Amino acid sequence: MIDIIDTDIALEPLVQDVRKNSNGAVVTFLGVVRGFSRGRNVLYLEYEAYREMAVRKMQQVADEVREKWTIDDIAMVHRVGHLEVGERSVAIAVGAPHRKAAFEACEYAIDRLKEIVPIWKKEVWEGGEAWIDDRP
Amino acid sequence: MKVKTKFFAAIKDIIGTPEVELELPDGITAGDLFQRYCQQHTPLSRYANNTMISVNLEFVPPETRLHEGDEIAFIPPVSGGY
Repeated sequence: MIDIIDTDIALEPLVQDVRKNSNGAVVTFLGVVRGFSRGRNVLYLEYEAYREMAVRKMQQVADEVREKWTIDDIAMVHRVGHLEVGERSVAIAVGAPHRKAAFEACEYAIDRLKEIVPIWKKEVWEGGEAWIDDRP
Repeated sequence: MKVKTKFFAAIKDIIGTPEVELELPDGITAGDLFQRYCQQHTPLSRYANNTMISVNLEFVPPETRLHEGDEIAFIPPVSGGY
């Protein structure tokens, strides 16, 4: 399951997607909108994606995981649009026979997603807004 | 040749539109096209060093030649995740 959606992310469908009898470990990652960033109180975020390319690049991340860890079971969903503080912006689930590979692959997937997937975040705070184009 | 160009995030704000279809001379490269936009929209120069270019949904080097029907996008530094 790899997708860009406009509504709240439910984690359980991702978990179900990567569960199978040979997988003893399922590691999940959930990214949540922070209410405080770069010394400011964040009111809300706007996420924008180049959808067709973003899905393709998320597929590439999954392919890289497959090659590095021989893990087939990875699910990734990113939400776009208007997100309030505390809402879920991204979720990843990785299923593997053992936990070490699952933890490593999950961390790799979120790192790579932040590097190569064409999705952008605009922070809106009291009195201003900005596209975030530097890596903190 | 006719191509489609897409703009996102900070670059979309500078250009003022998400998408443009335009007629270009044959032989033009992806980097040439970005330079054209930089000349028309000077604030775009700020992104000259960190913008990636995609053609038909794949990142390409600026010297890539464009072809009829290509979909080009200028990709400012991405900030997905959380």
